[in-house]
Amino acid sequence: MLKYVPLVTLLFCFLAGRTYAEAFPSTYSAPSASPILLTNATVLDGTGKRLDNTDIYLANGAVVWVGLGESAPDATVVDATNLWVTPGLIDVHSHLGVYPSPGVAAHSDGNEATAPVTAEVWAEHSIWPQDPGFTRALAGGVTAMQILPGSANLCGGRGVTLKNVPSLSYQGMKFPDAPHGLKMACGENPKRVYGNRDQSPSTRMGNLAAYRSAWIRAQRYQADWDRYNEAVADAATNDSEDADGTSVADALLTNTPPRRDLELETLAGALRGDILVHMHCYRADEMLTILDMAEEFGYRVGTFHHGVEAYKVADKLAENGVCGALWADWWGFKIEAYDGIQENIALVDRPEGGCAIVHSDSDEGIQRLNQEAAKAMTRGNRAGLDIPPERAIRWITANAAKSLGIDSVTGTLEPGKMADVVVWNQDPFSVYAKPLQVYIDGTLRYEHGNSAFNPESDFELGQLLGAAQ
Amino acid sequence: MKSLKFLNACLVILLAAANVRADSLLITDGMVFAGDDSPTSRQDILIIDGRIEAVGERLAIDDADSVIDAAGRPVTPAFFAGITATGLSEIGMVYEAVDSRLSGLYTGLIHPEFDVRPAYNPHSSVVPVTRVEGYGYTLLVASPGDRTISGQGSLVRLDGGYDSFEGRTTLFINVDGYSGNKLGSSRAAHWMLLESVFEELSTDDDDLTLITPRGKDTLQAARRDGLFVFRANRASDILQALAFGAKHRLRVVISGAQEAWMVREQLAAAGVPVVINALDNLPGSFDGLGARLDNAALLNEAGVTVLFTSGETQNARKLRQVAGNAVANGFPYLAAIEAMTSLPAEIFGGSPKMIAPGLTADLVIWSGDPLDVTSAADHVILAGKPDSMKSRQTQLLKRYLPEDAGLGRAYIAP
Repeated sequence: MLKYVPLVTLLFCFLAGRTYAEAFPSTYSAPSASPILLTNATVLDGTGKRLDNTDIYLANGAVVWVGLGESAPDATVVDATNLWVTPGLIDVHSHLGVYPSPGVAAHSDGNEATAPVTAEVWAEHSIWPQDPGFTRALAGGVTAMQILPGSANLCGGRGVTLKNVPSLSYQGMKFPDAPHGLKMACGENPKRVYGNRDQSPSTRMGNLAAYRSAWIRAQRYQADWDRYNEAVADAATNDSEDADGTSVADALLTNTPPRRDLELETLAGALRGDILVHMHCYRADEMLTILDMAEEFGYRVGTFHHGVEAYKVADKLAENGVCGALWADWWGFKIEAYDGIQENIALVDRPEGGCAIVHSDSDEGIQRLNQEAAKAMTRGNRAGLDIPPERAIRWITANAAKSLGIDSVTGTLEPGKMADVVVWNQDPFSVYAKPLQVYIDGTLRYEHGNSAFNPESDFELGQLLGAAQ
Repeated sequence: MKSLKFLNACLVILLAAANVRADSLLITDGMVFAGDDSPTSRQDILIIDGRIEAVGERLAIDDADSVIDAAGRPVTPAFFAGITATGLSEIGMVYEAVDSRLSGLYTGLIHPEFDVRPAYNPHSSVVPVTRVEGYGYTLLVASPGDRTISGQGSLVRLDGGYDSFEGRTTLFINVDGYSGNKLGSSRAAHWMLLESVFEELSTDDDDLTLITPRGKDTLQAARRDGLFVFRANRASDILQALAFGAKHRLRVVISGAQEAWMVREQLAAAGVPVVINALDNLPGSFDGLGARLDNAALLNEAGVTVLFTSGETQNARKLRQVAGNAVANGFPYLAAIEAMTSLPAEIFGGSPKMIAPGLTADLVIWSGDPLDVTSAADHVILAGKPDSMKSRQTQLLKRYLPEDAGLGRAYIAP
């Protein structure tokens, strides 16, 4: 009996809490690095503040202090006079690894476009860690990013947040304890992909019917688990009174646990809020429809992605606490992107509580998030909004971290946060700005012009040997 | 009767010319970039009747109907928007509104005579969207379709005219791996077909098998005074294009050119310009394993003429960011200005795009460094006329900028 109880307890924990052993856990850990003291920098700290002639101390992988404090005698001192320092940049929308370079057909792993709802797939299982795009993004100052499935499907599957560190596996890049995302898509893409196959959905109303049907199934799935968990929990309560473990054992035997379903597990996770919803949606009216659907099913839309018309409903997004992950100027590639304006990001940023994010969705754009933010800032200022760099930097740092649910640990340079830091040669809001150094958890991962800190993918190694250099 | 009408028309024009004082505009205190690699200087620009009359210090204000004070801001010739389908593609994926490519025409023939210009629509919303960002002209592309030779285009001024085409007829040819894969399963199929096509230039019209007589005329005319833009990224493909061009005595331009830096000496020796996207730095395909950010800088150092294109049509305005990135990676600043203004016109045969007396006044006053992402065009002036600086997008902004929507945004008429 003594042996039986722990087993019951274990089963109980396993099933009742649905805390399965974490699947595909992160194996990332920051190597120990000597402390770093950046001196006399211009700092955009990600909280909205600009600090001139400021020192920052990084130790044990964390930001220890900004301004004044003590540093260890063995700290590496980096003179950042005339240099700018920002938090590491974060891209909430990337397909690096799932649509890698070279973009050959056999590398096209980003869309499981075989059914309109494929919430069961996980983008991380498609990631090729040797995508040279990761190293280019690092040189652009990107320290974390979310890799998402594509937008062919209404529910495309889970996204994963990575640290931008070279690794043999995505597990070695996986951002510790970051929640998963659920990629969903509005509009043209799903209805085109399936409509062209004479399948549902072929219309926007078909899109909505299919999302809602999926949520209804997920609600039932959640209810089944809740019922089962309650029965087991009740038995455990009774058990603690007579303390022989039999009630729990009975409960486990008489209540068959619902069968795990990977698709519904993801959707139920999104309903509970454990998985953050990232919704590809261009048109203003569609975003409002999606917010109503979220209300109907009691979940939260975390972030609308692309949102080329987000400026039309910026107040509604802010009221609902929804972020807009947007481009600075891309438009017109399809009709749902026809009303794009360059002030979109600035207008989403305008209302109280507005959460504007510059995202890339591009292996080129992810390398230049600072330039994209600069364009958006410039357009906002020309429209009469007053957006200084210390505000705009939040679009590619703190707000992005919030969208990914990692804002308690990164996205700003506040003491205690991960030492994810970029040192720039100048004001980063310029076409001429370049990261000189990129730190991730206090470890130097990239240094401009220093081959010892310019990681190279296996794919690129040894190519073009013998060609003129 | 006909000649009487003609005389009347002439009379009207003459009277108009005699009675109406020439339109004139003075731009004062501009930091003037002439459009070549000469250093900038603070100068005034006097424009009369659409042409630049004078460039100099302290030109007399009373000569001008209107004055714009540039207040030290940069003034450049209107920018080149790259190789685009502006006016040929309203929305990329609305295929009935895209006219830049020939495909699905089952004649089995190659049609060099396919000319995109009759499809050009100056009222496309893309034209003002691009123009208000400081762009005055572009090279209309015959996009890759399902033929080795995609067809022909030319420069067009973005002044809203129906027939504002200028310059040499430009043929677009694809010899890269991507289109090779679709055509005969080998890029060698392109060279096989191209050699056969060019052999047909000395074949009797009745015996043509790959092209029509009009196609033959097109190629012969282009060989006389047109250009051939070969799309190629891989170094070996670029060399093949150079050899083909030399053999058939063609004026060649290479577009794409990601690995051009590897054959820069050969490009320089052949005097062949390249049109690159200076943001390309990933091995996006096996054609571009050598893509790198300093491609432009290395080519320039070797004496190769470099132009830029972004690969975008709707967002062609991104091109100055492309040029700025080239500069950030070692390309000389004034060479970038030249590549964005006068050089494309020079290469593709347009009217000169410089700020100099006697030339058409197509110019832009910028809020700051025209190659930086923190600047924008404040005034665009084409043929001496200040643009309204309106586009669908500026109107959308005006509709949605007010925080109070009143009765509804649809009632807000900007």
